[in-house]
Amino acid sequence: MVETIKVSAGYGKCQILQGVDFRACRGEVTTLIGTNGSGKSTLLRVVLGFLPFREGDVVIDGISLKKMTGAALARKIAYLPQGKSVPDISAERMVLHGRFPYLRYPRRYGAEDYRIAKAAMEQMGIAEFGHRQMSELSGGMRQKVYIAMALAQQAEVIIMDEPTTYLDIGQQLKFAQMMRRLSEDGKAIILVLHDILLALKLSDRIAALEEGRIARCGTPEEILQSGVLERLYDVKVKSLRLASGVQYFYDIPSMSGDESGAPINF
Amino acid sequence: MRNERDFRKSFRRSRHENGKRCRRYCLGWGIAACILAAVFSLCLGNIRFSPMELPGILRGDAGNVNRSILLYARLPRTLASLFAGAGLAVSGAVLQNVLANRLASPGIIGVNAGAGLGVTLCCGLGVLSGFWVSVSAFAGSLAGILLIFLFSCRFQASRTTVILSGVALNSILNAVCESLTVLNTDLAMLSIDFRVGGFSAVSFTRLLPAAGLIGMGLILLLTMCNELDVLTLGDETAQGVGLKVGRYRMLFLMLAALLAGAAVSFAGLLGFVGLIVPHFVRRFTGNESGKLLPMCALSGAGFVTLCDLASRLLFAPYELPVGILMSVIGGPVFLFLLVRSKGGHGFGNS
Repeated sequence: MVETIKVSAGYGKCQILQGVDFRACRGEVTTLIGTNGSGKSTLLRVVLGFLPFREGDVVIDGISLKKMTGAALARKIAYLPQGKSVPDISAERMVLHGRFPYLRYPRRYGAEDYRIAKAAMEQMGIAEFGHRQMSELSGGMRQKVYIAMALAQQAEVIIMDEPTTYLDIGQQLKFAQMMRRLSEDGKAIILVLHDILLALKLSDRIAALEEGRIARCGTPEEILQSGVLERLYDVKVKSLRLASGVQYFYDIPSMSGDESGAPINF
Repeated sequence: MRNERDFRKSFRRSRHENGKRCRRYCLGWGIAACILAAVFSLCLGNIRFSPMELPGILRGDAGNVNRSILLYARLPRTLASLFAGAGLAVSGAVLQNVLANRLASPGIIGVNAGAGLGVTLCCGLGVLSGFWVSVSAFAGSLAGILLIFLFSCRFQASRTTVILSGVALNSILNAVCESLTVLNTDLAMLSIDFRVGGFSAVSFTRLLPAAGLIGMGLILLLTMCNELDVLTLGDETAQGVGLKVGRYRMLFLMLAALLAGAAVSFAGLLGFVGLIVPHFVRRFTGNESGKLLPMCALSGAGFVTLCDLASRLLFAPYELPVGILMSVIGGPVFLFLLVRSKGGHGFGNS
C-alpha cells in the first residue's frame, strides 16, 4: 500500500502540494485527476522519491520513504514517466532493464533475469517484437514494452503518468483492460489521467486534486455525485446504466448556436 | 504444455547464446585486426622488418640500431597509437550516451581543449615529466567537463544547449591557450606539436602513466555497461529502476574526461576519433554499451594505429603528422556516414 500523510512539497519557493493525504491499495486502480498544474505529477514525483517533501511522510508497505534506498524503492514501485524519450535499444533489452534494481555489483543480467523479462514480454504479447528497436515500434507497442518492463521489475505498485497520451481510442481501451487485469493480479495501479471518462470507467478509486490539495477522493460514482468534476473542469458528466455496465459521457451543449437555435457569429 | 515450455526455454537460451557468440566473434575479429595493425606498425617505416625478425631483434645486443629503433621508437609509438585510439573512441561513445547526443565528442565539447590548456600550463611552469603532463591533461579535461556540467545544472540546460555550451567552452579554452603561447615563445613550439597531434615524440616515460590511466578507465567503464545503458533511458526511467542518476552521470563524465585527457597528454589534439569511431561502430553493434564500448576501443585503437602507419609511409622519408591525416580522412568519412545514416534525401529528412 502507498500512503502519503499530510505531504507538502514544491519546487524552490513555489509550494505545489499542501498537506495531501492519499492512499492506493493493492488490487485497485487509483487514478489522480485534476486540471493542469493541480499537482498530480508532483504528487507522483514525491511518492517516487524524485522530489523531496517538506512536511509529512510517504509510507510504502509500512516503511517510510526516507528509510528506503533507491533500489529498494524500485523493487516496490515501477514507474512509467510522462513523455518518455525513445531510447535507441531493442525492446527486449528495454524490458530486461526492468531487472536492474535486483542486480548487485558487478551488475550483470543472469539467466533468471532473462527468463523473467521474456515471461513479461509474453504476458504483454510482444515476445516476437523483442529484437526490434524501440524507435521502430508504434506508440501502442512501445507502451506495452514499458508495461512489460514494469512487470519484469516485479513491483507491487505500478505508477503511470498520462499513459494514454499517444494512444488511439482502440489502444486506450486495450490499455484499460490491461490495467484491470494487473490490478486483479494484486498490483496497486496508480494512474494520472486527463481523460475523465476513462478514469471513471477504469478506476476503483479516484482522487481529484485542486491547487495542490485533494478536493475529493472516492469511488467513481461518489466522484460523479459530488459535483467535483463540474467544479474542476466546468463540464457535465453523466452516467447511463446499460446492459454492458455503467457508461459515462459528457453532456456537451449545442455548438452550432445558442439555446434558441440562432447561429453563433464569430 | 511441457513442449511449449521446452520451446520457450530453448528459444530464450538460443537468443541469449547467439548474442553472446556474435559478440565474441566480433571481439575476436577486432582483437585480431588490432594485433595485425600493431604488427604492421612495428614492421613498416623507413627501415622495414619482417614480422618473423621482431623477436630476434628485441633479444639482440643493446647497441644494435634495429633494436633501438624497435624498442625506443616503434614500440612506444605503436602502443601510444593503440592506447590513444582506444581512449578517445570510448570517451566519445560514453559522452554521446551520457549526453544523449551523437555530436558529443571530446574534441567538440571542450574536453580536449581543457586537456590542451592543462598541458600548456604544465609546460609553461617548466614541468615536463610524463606523469605530471598526464595529470595536468586529465585535470584540464576534467575542469572542462565540470564547467559544462555545472552550467547545465545551474541553468537546467537541454542536451543541445550542453553541446553548444561545450563548443563555446572549446573556443574560450583555445583562446586562453593561444594567448599563453603568444606570451611565451618556448611554449609555442611545444604547443604546435601538441595541437597538430602525433606520436613521433612519444617515449615510454610519457606513455606509461597515461596508458595506466586509460587502462584503468577502460576497465571501470566495461564493468559499468548496464549502468550506462540505464542512464541513456532518460533521467526519470533510470531513477525509476533505482539508478542514482546524478552520481552516475558525473562518474561517467569523469571517466570520459580521464580517457580523453590521458590520451591527449601524449598524443596531442587528435580530432575526429571520438566522433567518427563510435558513429561507425554503432552501425554494427547498436547502442548497447556492452557491445559498443569494447568494439569502440578495438576500432579506435586499430584506426589510429593504421592512420599513424599511413602518415609514416605516405610521404616517406618525410612524415605527415597523424592529426592532419586523421582530419583529412575523418571529415569526409564522417560526412559520408551522416549522409548514409540519414538516407541523404534532402534537408527535410530527419
